Amino acid sequence: MDQLLLNTGFPLLSTLIFLPLVGAVLLLAITSEAGCRVVSLLVTSLVGLLSLLLLPGFDRSTALFQFAETRPWIPALNINYTVGVDGISLLLVLMTALIMPFCVLASWTYIKVRVKAFMICLLIMETAMIGVFVALDFVLFYVLWEAMLIPMYLIIGIWGGPRKIYASIKFFLYTLAGSVLLLVAIIWLYRQNDFSFFIPDMMWQPYSGTAQVLVFIAFFLAFAIKVPMFPFHTWLPAAHVEAPTAGSVILASILLKMGTYGFLRFALPIVPDATFLLMPYVLWLSIAGIIYGGFTALAQQDMKKLIAYSSVGHMGFVTLGIFLLNKQGIEGAILQMINHGVTTGALFLCVGMLYERTHSRELRSTMGVGKFMPVFVTFLTFFSLASFGFPGTNGFIGEFMILAGAFEVDIPLALAAIPGAVLAAAYMLRMLQKVVWGGTDNPDQSWINDLNRRELVTLAPFLLFVLWIGLNPAPFIDVMDHSVVALLEQLQAYRAQALASVSVLAP
Amino acid sequence: MLFFPELIVLLSALVMFLVSLGSPGTAAVHRLVVILGAAVLLATVACLGQEGMLFFEAYRIDRFSQLFKLLLAAAALIVLLLSGRNPGIKTEVQAEYHLFLLIGLLGLMMLVSSVELLALFIALELSSFAVYIMVPLRRQSGGETFQMESAIKYLLFGVMTTGLMLFGMSYLFGLTGSTYLSVIVDQLSQLIAEPAALVAILLVMAGFFYKLAIFPFHFWVPDVYQGAANETTTFIAAVPKIAATAVLIRLVTLAGGDSQLVTPVLLICSIGAMFYGNLCALAQKDLKRMLGYSGISHAGFVLFGLLTFQNEGYALATYYVAGYALMNLACFLVICTVATAGQNLAIEDLSGLHRRSPLLALTLAIGLFALAGIPPFVGFTGKFMLLVNAFKQGLVIPVILAAINTAIALFYYLSVVRIAYCTDPHPGALRLQPGLTRSLTAVVLLLAIIALGVIPGLLVQPAVMSIGAML
Repeated sequence: MDQLLLNTGFPLLSTLIFLPLVGAVLLLAITSEAGCRVVSLLVTSLVGLLSLLLLPGFDRSTALFQFAETRPWIPALNINYTVGVDGISLLLVLMTALIMPFCVLASWTYIKVRVKAFMICLLIMETAMIGVFVALDFVLFYVLWEAMLIPMYLIIGIWGGPRKIYASIKFFLYTLAGSVLLLVAIIWLYRQNDFSFFIPDMMWQPYSGTAQVLVFIAFFLAFAIKVPMFPFHTWLPAAHVEAPTAGSVILASILLKMGTYGFLRFALPIVPDATFLLMPYVLWLSIAGIIYGGFTALAQQDMKKLIAYSSVGHMGFVTLGIFLLNKQGIEGAILQMINHGVTTGALFLCVGMLYERTHSRELRSTMGVGKFMPVFVTFLTFFSLASFGFPGTNGFIGEFMILAGAFEVDIPLALAAIPGAVLAAAYMLRMLQKVVWGGTDNPDQSWINDLNRRELVTLAPFLLFVLWIGLNPAPFIDVMDHSVVALLEQLQAYRAQALASVSVLAP
Repeated sequence: MLFFPELIVLLSALVMFLVSLGSPGTAAVHRLVVILGAAVLLATVACLGQEGMLFFEAYRIDRFSQLFKLLLAAAALIVLLLSGRNPGIKTEVQAEYHLFLLIGLLGLMMLVSSVELLALFIALELSSFAVYIMVPLRRQSGGETFQMESAIKYLLFGVMTTGLMLFGMSYLFGLTGSTYLSVIVDQLSQLIAEPAALVAILLVMAGFFYKLAIFPFHFWVPDVYQGAANETTTFIAAVPKIAATAVLIRLVTLAGGDSQLVTPVLLICSIGAMFYGNLCALAQKDLKRMLGYSGISHAGFVLFGLLTFQNEGYALATYYVAGYALMNLACFLVICTVATAGQNLAIEDLSGLHRRSPLLALTLAIGLFALAGIPPFVGFTGKFMLLVNAFKQGLVIPVILAAINTAIALFYYLSVVRIAYCTDPHPGALRLQPGLTRSLTAVVLLLAIIALGVIPGLLVQPAVMSIGAML
């Protein structure tokens, strides 16, 4: 347990985890729909504000897990409730806690039926999502990782679009089937580590090479489906398109990050030999995802589908960065996780706002609305630029760092990733062109109102973050720096022995 | 008063017998039987700590048996609460139905205390015959006349496995010269390498495999589940399995940890049950048949606890079967309430349940999610701990197969949740009013499913202690 800085004061992380759950129970007693909305907004805002308390207390000079708490949970199997954050998870916790209030705001008028149930689902999601990022016990992690499927399944399945049932089932089965072998891997690790589920104990252990490859494959199936990496991405467009706005935002901004977080937290430190061995395959798979996502997005007529496929491409950049296994790559990847969360979340919010007005997400029928919604298209343009990495926005910094890292590793690899960036510009500009200027042959759209005050409040913070990270990424990198450096130092020690020790896949 | 809980059950059955002589109204019978059920539960709670021997040492009261009696009484009380309006049972035999239900419960309670072969046999037959009679008491609804067919199937399969069991018991007696389990345990440790001993134990187990519905003794399950009234199926699906697990734990301890041959047999039964149950469940249209097949696969998980031959495994099997009873009761509560005329439900009939009754839809969804093994419900915790325990014993491949099975099971559980939550009700489908008793029962079941899932120690701890006391 010496990897933990135990928190003796106020149990901040537990509060962040359980406050939304308390809010969900509270909602049960509230009958009015307006009351449910207000209470959910208050609870999620409170969690967001409390999460900011993590920043002043976080010690940037150490890679240890901080704010840690540990309590026995199932003593018979040595399972504990252990939570803590390091530089990698801190940013993700902050992002989750800060995005949730905007998901409530985005559902304010969008969700018209069974508001109470919807808000309860959102709050349970928040509990599970924050929990996943701070869990340091593998069983706790797995329980929350799976438990979050149920509210998401309901969010898509009840409040979703016309093909919601197909989409929700596909989402549920893909992600759960993917993590079945993860469970077996967890149990195997438990047995190897003196019957302990404590995650830091499992890291940097000398497991045999063959076993590492098998564990890596189990990890990979679970995490790659969640990311989702090409070719495991097929659940994503369906789920995104059918989900209500808040569901799409949660999926894109937070759920997808759990896959890449899983790679960083588990695959790299627990099975480093296998990571080195399989790194080229994952890298090229990421490139395939980048190119594939770009081309497919280019062909979409539905704005949500377009953004969904662009996510496949962007997340390809993130996995590319992670498996470069160098400092720029990994830091760029973590930053890009945050960036993608902010930008794509904002884009989905924009599409949701447009959909509330026109009841269509088809580019063809929303052509030219820019004329009547100047404020809206300003935001949309801004987030689109950020999405394809326009200099000065957050997307630029992230992609630049990852590409710089890629050039360090392998020049053909980096060159192969570049078309992805170009494609991103192409599909985003194509969307902008249609929405902002295109089509005068559409029926009269002058009845469409521009953004109202609530929507402005929803989008403005995202814009600030886009600029803040874009112009001054240093504080964000500062938070994660020590954790990433520590991770890489440990990894380097394995690099030398990696290829020699594996018998299954050795070339 | 070592025999107190059983005595209360016996008295309750007698009361029901007296009631059946008159012509009582359904509501009156139901009110009375719930009071009797509650009395039984209180009696088992009061006798939790008792220990002692009865009937020439053939009947053992210890923490182990009392814990199981408590589980049996609690499950039976929920079944009684559910059989409230009892539309599935002919009106004129309501009292008789409950009479046999209580006799069945008596048999099951005696089963968990029996430590002698003949006592085991009598208790098993007592419980079985009661259920044989309950199955055809179903009201004929529409053109469905399969209750007789399924009752006969149940009886014939039951008699056959009983025959196998008796055969095995005769072997045990022949080998050891005694019918007392304690003596047999002593003798058997020297004889366990002999094929005869192995055959004997396996044959005796067959009788209880039948009760637990384990592959390859599962053939009665789908037809009996479908043919019996919904309330009867609820009883069959939940209560006897608890008792069967208790007896199997007692019998498996006979085989002992050093048996090289029992483990593979149990393993084959267990994995076979999982695959067979899950694959067949995928194709079902009738809800009860589907739950029947899924029950076969869950029985496979219970065996996972037994084949590790150590206390922890037995305690986890106990935990799992209790959790299974809870999850099943939650699902059957919904079935009994939705089937207002006691008819069989196709999965399609649940469409739009969340509009017709949000509470029932939630109960069904959580029951099914728990059965599917999704955290944080009791079904997940149970499966997880069983798998961890089996892994500790080095059963790597079976654990992987079991994990794959949970993925298969997702398909059919999820499709039911989908129908209930994501579709619109059939035109003309009425709103359902579960009533106060059922609503409360549903809430209690839901809380129990979550609480036991999050804090498994609530049941595992007592189970470990009681099993430790038994050995």
